[in-house]
Amino acid sequence: MAKPVSQKILIKNGRLIDPKNSVDTVTDILIDDFRVCRIGKGLSSPNAEVIDASGKIVTPGLIDLHVHFRQPGDEEEETIASGSAAAVAGGFTSVVCMPNTNPPVDEATAVEFVHRMGRQARKTFIYVMGAITKDRAGKELAEIGLMSLAGAIGFTDDGCGVQDTGVMLRAVKYASMFDVVIAQHCEDQSLARHGAMNAGYKATVLGLPGIDPLAEEMMLWRDIQLIKKTRIRYHAQHISTAGSVRIIRQAKAEGLPVTCEVTPHHLLLTEESVSDYNTNYKVNPPLRTQKDVDALKNAVQEGLVDALATDHAPHLQSEKELEFLAAPCGIAGLECALPLYRKALIDEGICDWSQMLAMLTWRPAGVIRVDKGSLAVGDRADVAIIDPDVEWTVDADRFFSKSRNCPYIGWKLKSKVLYTIVAGEIRYRAAT
Amino acid sequence: MEILLDEKQLGQAVARLAELIQSDIPSKTQIAVIGIRSRGEILAQRLIKALQGHFTYPVLNGTLDITLYRDDLNRAKGAPPRVRTTEINFDITDKLILLVDDVLYTGRSVRAAMNALTDFGRPRMMRLAVLVDRGRHEYPICADYIALQADIDPARSVRVRFKETDNEDRVIVE
Amino acid sequence: MGRKTQWTHKHLIGLSDLTREEIELILDTAKSFEEFSTRSIKKAPTLRGKVVVNMFFEDSTRTRNSFTLAASRLSADVIEFTKTSSSVSKGETLIDTARNLEAMGVDIVVIRHSAGGAPKLLSRSINACVVNAGDGYHEHPTQGLLDVYTIRQMRGSLEGLKIGIVGDIAHSRVARSDVYAMTKLGAQVTLIGPPTLMPASVCDLPVKVSYNLDAVIEELDVINMLRIQFERLGGNPFPSVREYSHFFGLTMDRMQRAKKDILVMHPGPINRGLEIESEVADGPNSVILRQVANGLAVRMAVLFLVTQASTLEG
Repeated sequence: MAKPVSQKILIKNGRLIDPKNSVDTVTDILIDDFRVCRIGKGLSSPNAEVIDASGKIVTPGLIDLHVHFRQPGDEEEETIASGSAAAVAGGFTSVVCMPNTNPPVDEATAVEFVHRMGRQARKTFIYVMGAITKDRAGKELAEIGLMSLAGAIGFTDDGCGVQDTGVMLRAVKYASMFDVVIAQHCEDQSLARHGAMNAGYKATVLGLPGIDPLAEEMMLWRDIQLIKKTRIRYHAQHISTAGSVRIIRQAKAEGLPVTCEVTPHHLLLTEESVSDYNTNYKVNPPLRTQKDVDALKNAVQEGLVDALATDHAPHLQSEKELEFLAAPCGIAGLECALPLYRKALIDEGICDWSQMLAMLTWRPAGVIRVDKGSLAVGDRADVAIIDPDVEWTVDADRFFSKSRNCPYIGWKLKSKVLYTIVAGEIRYRAAT
Repeated sequence: MEILLDEKQLGQAVARLAELIQSDIPSKTQIAVIGIRSRGEILAQRLIKALQGHFTYPVLNGTLDITLYRDDLNRAKGAPPRVRTTEINFDITDKLILLVDDVLYTGRSVRAAMNALTDFGRPRMMRLAVLVDRGRHEYPICADYIALQADIDPARSVRVRFKETDNEDRVIVE
Repeated sequence: MGRKTQWTHKHLIGLSDLTREEIELILDTAKSFEEFSTRSIKKAPTLRGKVVVNMFFEDSTRTRNSFTLAASRLSADVIEFTKTSSSVSKGETLIDTARNLEAMGVDIVVIRHSAGGAPKLLSRSINACVVNAGDGYHEHPTQGLLDVYTIRQMRGSLEGLKIGIVGDIAHSRVARSDVYAMTKLGAQVTLIGPPTLMPASVCDLPVKVSYNLDAVIEELDVINMLRIQFERLGGNPFPSVREYSHFFGLTMDRMQRAKKDILVMHPGPINRGLEIESEVADGPNSVILRQVANGLAVRMAVLFLVTQASTLEG
């Protein structure tokens, strides 16, 4: 691969919000040699591309701990290339791919494959979580060590949780000898069974099998008991219930190395949306009640939520047109995530830009222990430039993602990513 | 609005219809009077009263709802019609059926009624009695007994109003 | 009853969507179809030239036969389409199948499906009228209608009646449709069964809930015994059939304590000796066969009304 040519970029008069370094000021930023070269007012540089960022927010590139790019196996839904293009369009300079592909990422060559496709796409940084168990079957440990050597930053059987407590205990014990995070999609199958939505009145009326909140909470609680034995870093993926928030709060209070993430849909939507059997609202964990949404927002306010993650899960239209029971779970949401977070958190007065961007930059970087999410001199130049107040309408036909399973189509949202700079190179410019 | 028959004239018209029927149908005939919903039903009941004593056998009475046999079902139109009950609690086979309707116009209702009746059995004979024949039939159907013959412009409608349902006895043209 | 009520729905998906007046309109229309069975020619030309397809993705004999007969009595042509396997993600989907049938000129799709919401999905995707013949454990509107029709026939009105529905409420589409229809018509419904067979948040429905049949049987005017459907039960929600019958079966013993004129209903087919004893099912209080007969009139009414409503668009 040819050595990338360094690009000089001068970002003028932007509001730099760098939560890691407690910076929130209007300033210029000069990028050269892939890194932040200078920060200060009145900078100039003769042969740099100048971006006028007056009235715009300049932030470390966003980090998404939870995406499904479907490659290998379901390239009709998404590829690492198309997913990467969607990522930068959403302001994401780093994403973490989940291992539930076909075949799953459960050994080192698969990790390397995903990395390689990511490099070829040349859009966003791609990180990989490997599977905890072989074939994600929940029975035998996958080669966690070799995958870790190949660059996997964490492990999860996402799509389902590790059901067997003995297997999970073995996994956290074994993985504790590597510097990795164990992430879990918390869902006790014996409780969730074939549920298609939140177990509640709505499910009763629609005649759909429900997933009890306990299915999530029981596994989360169990896992936390397990990690007390090992002190491995544990990350609860897409928590969705008020009960989960309580468990996380307790674990953090005890000083356990526990982190968690929340998706835009669990902050914005409730089970009420499912009324019409619209499969675009079918997600796992399911959309819960207003009480749960409120609890998640409170968790954000308290600082309990380490990362905002999209759980970008593209699916074919033809699959989403199936019966609600048969349709796959997921929302393709990378490209409108930022304005959705803004709607859910900033507009609701839950937090400010700096606090919100923290959950999209250095805090998720900390979860996976990568040196990202900061924009000080010398840092690698991963940058997003955001117009905070421009209003636009979500139009799935303009998605870079190959899929259209998005319940936000037609929504009018505020905030738009204008530029995404990855390693000192402009990888995305919004159409004007 | 113009009055075609007032209360008194309406009474006379029913009597006239009964006379026409009596003079035409032998008294030993087994006859059933079947009114087409909804005004034909009331007219049928009044006719039966007027015919009392004439026939050897008791005059049977039935009511027919023709909605399911209409020829304008399944075509774009306003409100869907309401189906009401048909009440024919006897076997019509081999009887003389006197079909009764208030107004004869296009002939389509009578066509529907004849189709409906033949689904109930095989009458020996069918006769049609109407209060008003307003002419301009669209189907080749004529009534056997008519109280009032009139030529009414197709743009207007003839309304028969009975005390039982409309609190007054008269026939008007709108 | 409001004379002005007009039927405007070209689909019948569930009774939760209908007003009391609309339900009454269906029942009144059905009443007009009751006398069909007494005619020498049990047929009217009403839906002549219309094509009805019975799309049954779940085994059913009586509901399908009832719809077939109802359609035939209105002179519609009927296509039977049966496929018991549910659709798969690759290959022909439900929508594909329906669009194919529609391309052949189908006017009404009667659908029975194991997945709740399948009829709704269909109604969004095709132009034909869609009639739900039971979807998962969402609704079974024609069963709900024939149940209230039968009660109305026997009692004149549902106003103030106390009705018990006994059995697997969680997995019962009949229970749901019954609850909507019965409560809308003024009855007071009590759902009776073990807690493991009650759906989530059942108390938010406009009903009472009881786990003790003996405690409530004395006050009931109508009792509807749901069929225990082993294929839908996951795990084992009760320890044994024997234990279930002991607590929730309608036995002659329990009948002794019920009102003398209690109506005994069952959506069929009966598991004799399980949810209901034969002697009760065949006894003088049973209206089970009457329900079946009324099902025909109700389904004729529904087919007629949805077709008429579909002409509103034309």
